[in-house]
Amino acid sequence: MLETKNIDFYYGGFHALKNIGMKMEDHTVTAFIGPSGCGKSTFLRLFNRMNDLIPDTRLTGECLIDGEDIYHKSVDVTSLRKRVGMVFQKPNPFPKSLFENVAYGLRVAGTTDSRFIAQRVEESLKGAALWDEVKDKLKKSAFELSGGQQQRLCIARALAIAPSVILMDEPASALDPISTSKIEDLIHILKKDYTIVIVTHNMQQAARVSDKTGFFMLGELIEYNDTKKIFMSPEKEETQNYITGRFG
Amino acid sequence: MKRIFEKFIESLLTLSGATTGIIILLIVIFLFREGAGFFRHSEIESGYVLCVNEENPVYRLTPKQIKEIFDYEIDNWSLVGGNDEEITPFRISDISDYYSDEELGENNEFLPEKLGEIIAATPGMVAFIPEQYAADTNERVRQLITEKLNPADFFGGDTWMPTATPAPQFGLLPLLLGTLWVGLCAILIALPLGLGVAIYLGELADEKIRNLLKPTIELLAGIPSVVYGFFGLVVVVPFIQKTFDLPVGETAFAGSLILAIMALPTIITVAEDAIRNTPQAMREASLGLGANHWQTIYRVVVPYSISGISAAVVLGIGRAVGETMAVLMVTGNAAVIPHSLFEPVRTIPATVAAELGEAPHGGAHYGALFVLGCILFLITVVISVTAEVISKKQPQA
Repeated sequence: MLETKNIDFYYGGFHALKNIGMKMEDHTVTAFIGPSGCGKSTFLRLFNRMNDLIPDTRLTGECLIDGEDIYHKSVDVTSLRKRVGMVFQKPNPFPKSLFENVAYGLRVAGTTDSRFIAQRVEESLKGAALWDEVKDKLKKSAFELSGGQQQRLCIARALAIAPSVILMDEPASALDPISTSKIEDLIHILKKDYTIVIVTHNMQQAARVSDKTGFFMLGELIEYNDTKKIFMSPEKEETQNYITGRFG
Repeated sequence: MKRIFEKFIESLLTLSGATTGIIILLIVIFLFREGAGFFRHSEIESGYVLCVNEENPVYRLTPKQIKEIFDYEIDNWSLVGGNDEEITPFRISDISDYYSDEELGENNEFLPEKLGEIIAATPGMVAFIPEQYAADTNERVRQLITEKLNPADFFGGDTWMPTATPAPQFGLLPLLLGTLWVGLCAILIALPLGLGVAIYLGELADEKIRNLLKPTIELLAGIPSVVYGFFGLVVVVPFIQKTFDLPVGETAFAGSLILAIMALPTIITVAEDAIRNTPQAMREASLGLGANHWQTIYRVVVPYSISGISAAVVLGIGRAVGETMAVLMVTGNAAVIPHSLFEPVRTIPATVAAELGEAPHGGAHYGALFVLGCILFLITVVISVTAEVISKKQPQA
């Protein structure tokens, strides 16, 4: 379970997240929607401490995974990131073969058992619904895949390290409609085994894939509820305005 | 009115582009034309011939054989395909050993005749004499066949003695090997250091240090090479001499060290740019999979920027091979094929710089230096093209 309490986040002097508290249950898909610059991606990236890479940032409040504060001094960031996989907006495979892309997380974790790695790569590619398309060209460069295939490869790469949470930052925004629907189908399947948090600009997508939706605006969590509720009968006027396309 | 002005500017720009192109082309054509002139020269000094006794069965000697005969290294005709007979080399100045000035006449009018007599009387003699005298000797004197300088001797020759008489030695190998040897060692020194600094600057250094260090390193590239030469001569050369207990400190190693320092800025700047051009998405993907900073550097950043890094290496080599002044000052300039790092060597650019002033215009030596220029030009072209090809192979994400 993911939980935040009184999160405030600053880029230098800019107050990017304001007092955010929310809970995300296991094996659910939670979508974050909101206009550009509202802080939804920043919030997502708190959960695998990706924001640590950006200099001059500051965080207050608590960010818990299964009750453990992941910003506590005793937490090892690399092992945290093995528990929380991430898929990025643009497909970003490594300049390596398909196989090595998926095996990457295992290799950096020190796994040397090649049979185990091969098995894990196959499982992960099957898990990302890519196996049938690529099983004959695992040695080929990842750059030879189409954009949609590359994104599913990145999902497979995240699955290979067996995380419990998968963060997706607009995973389909750079893809065509067919590839997008494949990714969405995949999210439905992955929900059984993983807790998924997805940031999206596409409100239909949020409505299609998620169980719960959080609406962000100007660094604040305006409304957080069941997806059906958010889209059918939102409580706040801002949410209503946004989902009906009056601004954003 | 405005239209005309724009047209004017446009044609001006076109003209300057064309002029630059033509000038470069002219330089290259000039270089190769002068270089080609080298192979039209005769093997022995122009205006002279080599004469032997008519009974001598040898008709031709190679430049190398001629040199060794006149250096008394070959002393028997059987070693060069003749009879078992001692060789007596003869230069025109040796005439005073045979005849007094009176016997040769006031204006040397009897000189050709006397030369003929000496050669006719000495079966093992080979005489290096001016062409005009050779014609008036006698029928018992025969001229050896001399050919034009030949490319095989040039490219395969192991001796560079362009001012030797009667036959100058134009052997490329010592110079080429000296150049490659010094360049290679320079790169072996500069590469680990340069890449280390590039990775440090690109990945580890914090912004303040980087903003200080990078301009400083780029400044290094602007220091005139003669200043590096001073430093090498005054600091590096004595240091090497003492440390390795050598008779002289001016060695290939000194040149390599100086060149390494000079190639560093290029390598660091280009490699660091390549490293910083690695998309942040690559780093995030790697870190997001639980890799630590080091794993990200050597498993993702370096492989991703490998083409840029290779380009840096090749450009560094280019700098090392083409550099003239500093190397001229510290390598000792002995044109011998190097066997170790701690011997003096001479590089191609240093040879051209040192010898062009004393080579008579239009002579064989002069032509030879231009051939060296052509070779250097070709080497750097190959290096630049390689760098270009490699850097175009940047992976596209």
